[in-house]
Amino acid sequence: MQTKNTNTDFEVRSLDAMCFNESELVHPWWFNFKYLFAGIFFGIILIKAQVISWFRIQEMFRLQSFHMYGVIGSAVVTGAISVFIIKKLKIKTIYGEEIKFYPKEFSKGQIFGGLLFGFGWALTGACPGPLFAQIGIGATVITVTLFSAIAGTWVYGLLSKKLPH
Amino acid sequence: MKLLEWLSQPWPWWVAGPLIGLTVPALLIIGNKTFGISSSMRHLCAICLPTKISYFQYDWKKEIWNLFFVVGIIFGGIISSTLLNDPNPVQLNPALVKELHQYGINNYTQLIPIDIFNWQALLSVKGFILMIVGGFLVGFGTRYAGGCTSGHSITGLSNLQWPSLVATICFMVGGFIAANLFLPFILKF
Repeated sequence: MQTKNTNTDFEVRSLDAMCFNESELVHPWWFNFKYLFAGIFFGIILIKAQVISWFRIQEMFRLQSFHMYGVIGSAVVTGAISVFIIKKLKIKTIYGEEIKFYPKEFSKGQIFGGLLFGFGWALTGACPGPLFAQIGIGATVITVTLFSAIAGTWVYGLLSKKLPH
Repeated sequence: MKLLEWLSQPWPWWVAGPLIGLTVPALLIIGNKTFGISSSMRHLCAICLPTKISYFQYDWKKEIWNLFFVVGIIFGGIISSTLLNDPNPVQLNPALVKELHQYGINNYTQLIPIDIFNWQALLSVKGFILMIVGGFLVGFGTRYAGGCTSGHSITGLSNLQWPSLVATICFMVGGFIAANLFLPFILKF
């Protein structure tokens, strides 16, 4: 197994959610199919629990149903217990690599960006995962919403240095 | 066949929530990957729109797994709407049904309201705001916040990161304002 230095752009990317915790191993591209299967399972869960429903998001933001709070709350509790166990027992990946956790840095973006995303979430009834799932269930018009979200991502990249962080 | 029918019913929160939570350790254990979905849109920008913007200049090849994951979500959608399709309308709080009726939303056959989310509606003021402006805010806001519901609310909170709690509270505040104050005004159009 080879390793390579992957930390070259760590600083730029450390502002992002994706950046703590990286595998240093280099695998052939087709190893990624395991993430495809993980995504399939994840998509089915999102849809069968109706988390991708615009209606359910409206219920959540109007405090008319416990459903979404139950889903997110129990997901966080399960995730937290899992992370605790991984840290406590020093569980390794299936390739024997150490699982590392890095702290998230605070930035004002979490406030401004968070409010903007929340606004968009209520309008579209979807956060990024559900956008993909909605396209999958045949709502083809949501491809436009997805492209618009990608455009929003690009505009953020363009302006990121000028925005308060 | 009985199994498929059983699986096709809407899943309760106490089944779906823990399964979603288990995605965090699953991705860590199968390849040291941090669960987060909105980053996929950044990688798509980095791959498809080569520009001089430093924000998109990184080794996206390492992040390809994230795109496999979101393509998986699309396949998950196809499976759910065919093999595991639930023919019953979405069951909602009657107060919401009553409110939406005022805006001409009466179709509950799909998980999204096809009365307002369809190709024809795209060119109306309402459809433009809901789908195009809304989508833009999702992309811009998640990147500005450095993550979305998966990256901050699930992964970040699972790792007890207070900046993720700040982000999650702001997601909810933004959503409450939009859903209760702004959306009723827009839906009247």
